[in-house]
Amino acid sequence: MKTPTMGRRVRGTTALSVAVMASLVACSSSKPAASGTTSSSPAAPSSQATSSAPTSSPATSNSSAAQSSAPAATGGTYTISDPYPQYTAGSSWVNLLNSCGASAGVKIKRTGYDTTALLSQTLLSAQQGNSPDVLIVDNPVVSTLADAGVLASNDQDNIDTSAVSPNLLAAGVLNGKTYGIPVGANTLALYYNKTILSAAGIDPTTITSWTALTAALAKVKAMGKGGITLSAIGTEEGSFQFLPWFWGSGANLTNLASTQGVAALQLWTTWLKDGYVPNAAIQDTQTTSWAEFATGKYAFAENGTWQLSNADKAGFPYGIIPIPSMAGGVAPAPTGGEFVTIPLQKDASRYPTTEKIVSCLTSADNAFNTDTTLGYIGVTAAVQQKQAANPQLPVWISAVGAAKGRTSDNLGTNYPKISQQLWTAMQNALTGSKSPSAAMSAAQSAAAAATGGK
Amino acid sequence: MSDRARAKAHQSRPDGGGAAATAPPPSAQGGTRKPAASQLAAWAFLAPVTIYLLVFYAYPLYRSLDLSLRNYTVRSFVHGHAPFSGFKNYRIDLHDPTFTPALLHTLIFTVVSIAFQFVIGLALAVFFVQHFKLSATLRALFLVPWLLPLIVSASTWSWMLNSDSGVVNSALHSVGITSVNWLTAPKWALVSVIIANIWIGIPFNLVLMYSGLQAISPDIYEAAALDGANGWQRFWRVTFPLLRPVTAVTLLLGLVYTLKVFDIIWIMTRGGPAGASTTFATWSYQLSFGNLLPAFGPGAAVANMLIVMTLIFGFVYFRIQRKQLES
Repeated sequence: MKTPTMGRRVRGTTALSVAVMASLVACSSSKPAASGTTSSSPAAPSSQATSSAPTSSPATSNSSAAQSSAPAATGGTYTISDPYPQYTAGSSWVNLLNSCGASAGVKIKRTGYDTTALLSQTLLSAQQGNSPDVLIVDNPVVSTLADAGVLASNDQDNIDTSAVSPNLLAAGVLNGKTYGIPVGANTLALYYNKTILSAAGIDPTTITSWTALTAALAKVKAMGKGGITLSAIGTEEGSFQFLPWFWGSGANLTNLASTQGVAALQLWTTWLKDGYVPNAAIQDTQTTSWAEFATGKYAFAENGTWQLSNADKAGFPYGIIPIPSMAGGVAPAPTGGEFVTIPLQKDASRYPTTEKIVSCLTSADNAFNTDTTLGYIGVTAAVQQKQAANPQLPVWISAVGAAKGRTSDNLGTNYPKISQQLWTAMQNALTGSKSPSAAMSAAQSAAAAATGGK
Repeated sequence: MSDRARAKAHQSRPDGGGAAATAPPPSAQGGTRKPAASQLAAWAFLAPVTIYLLVFYAYPLYRSLDLSLRNYTVRSFVHGHAPFSGFKNYRIDLHDPTFTPALLHTLIFTVVSIAFQFVIGLALAVFFVQHFKLSATLRALFLVPWLLPLIVSASTWSWMLNSDSGVVNSALHSVGITSVNWLTAPKWALVSVIIANIWIGIPFNLVLMYSGLQAISPDIYEAAALDGANGWQRFWRVTFPLLRPVTAVTLLLGLVYTLKVFDIIWIMTRGGPAGASTTFATWSYQLSFGNLLPAFGPGAAVANMLIVMTLIFGFVYFRIQRKQLES
């Protein structure tokens, strides 16, 4: 008489416990990790957000809501989201935002997110109809957000982009419409260690083609020094680093398996096999590959504008050259940097004030301040001329001039799908799982399938 | 229905107390008001936990299921109206070339991790239960992996296993072994994350098995010793059988924790190189958040398959437990 009761109770508990357990898994199965990356590069994930709970509250850990310290504002509060969590209240960036708010007569509430977290956060807030008034977002994401109907196009608001270099504006163009304005640009170039190069008798100005660079790497290797550090990690960051070589071969993202594309991958694969590139490159982010270069054991590093201040601290003399293309000349590197965009609002009366804030950040006079604050190269000729006074910057200005948006060539939202296949091919070839040509063929057919044959 | 039955049971014994189940109900009169009040109180007590479960468990589960059954694009994620697509997302995942390796890696990762964690944890527990000098201190030291934030331990592991500048390779080098590309060679990446995960999981097993060992009365060992059992026999005939309930709990919890391990793998290898250490957990994240263009549907589908796998193991566990209860 006692047993059946027992049995029933056990079964009841069973069902409940299993349900709870399953939910536990659901809630934590996709818990992302926090990894320290700078937001100026196409960063690795590091965020809150779970796949199963899109209703989770916004991450506030990185936020540093700054109340305007400016004199009494009357026009209410305007919200700004940006991918610069490293700038906290009191930093020059936040002060700049506050002063722009004050000149538009409103208070600014600003939140900084990690690059990847910002995308999830933007999608969630758009879903709930409370997008920020101003969104500063990584340039390859602009076309995705525009396609999702999150952003207002520049026809709707009146942002003046006439002075912006077309190659930098291209990332914000989708189906003939432009969304937002680039706040500043950065890109990749080759840093070199002057001590090692002069010991090896290499004149950096002669490195203008792949052949010359490979010969220089061989010379350096023979001296017992490391060749070049780069990031070939299996994320967007890896594609970002590979693109100058891919484009520099003359290849196009619409055909990964072209002979030029394969040649670019072959170049990296051979470098790795010959020991010119450290094996760790396969897992290195741009931050860790920079750390390797900073040890002073490597002759070259492929890295971005944002490492300039670290380069000064490295403790050895360094120089910068543009990335060479296969045949000779400067290879187009991908543009980095963010766009200032205006998300769609239910209340259209907010736009005029928002436009004032945006033009305050990007207008001719202020853009120089903004770019200096953020460590970017200006997007207009006027700002670039002003920046050229700094002897470190001309090489970057010309690199930015040759740079190309990842989503341009009207790739738009197809770019992420192609990029994923590109970094997969890169990893397959570098680890020796596939030959460069087999890896690129597989990537091309997968990319074609993902983009519907385009 | 069972709720009503339970409520009825409450009415019949307003004093509560499970022991009084067979006791005759107290006086019938006056029972009309009191049960109503106690029923209300019962609901009031039940409400917080029910709401909690609904909001934090049932709703996310429902959303996850919903995400996996609809064709979400970034646009429809924002504006709604994602068309119902049945099991299309699951079919996409099943036909993805990542599926089979990811499943295999998930199983290998889980089984190998748990096997080593359990054996090492048990061995250490048996060792520490001897209460020698410094045993408490040493035991505390073994808990360190558990106390460290995963970001710290995973980053440390990836630094130690670095191909070119890692301490492990330089140690191998000093004894004349050629260095191994722990994290950058496809054949080693999974091994490396498993090693790190074993290290992290040992303290959990140690603590649970240690508490299980303490619950075994020394009298039994004494009796076994008097009967002439040697150390090995005492372990296999006394310790191991008596540890069975704790073992089952430890293994199942370990299974649940290990199936969903994400942080270590993501920080150490990002599931790479070339997908060599991708498990369901990292694949799900990769699909939903690891790309510029999120694929929420297929990502949620992978997460749900992971839940189902856990559920299956959960049922197995409860079956075993019930069998133990019955015997």
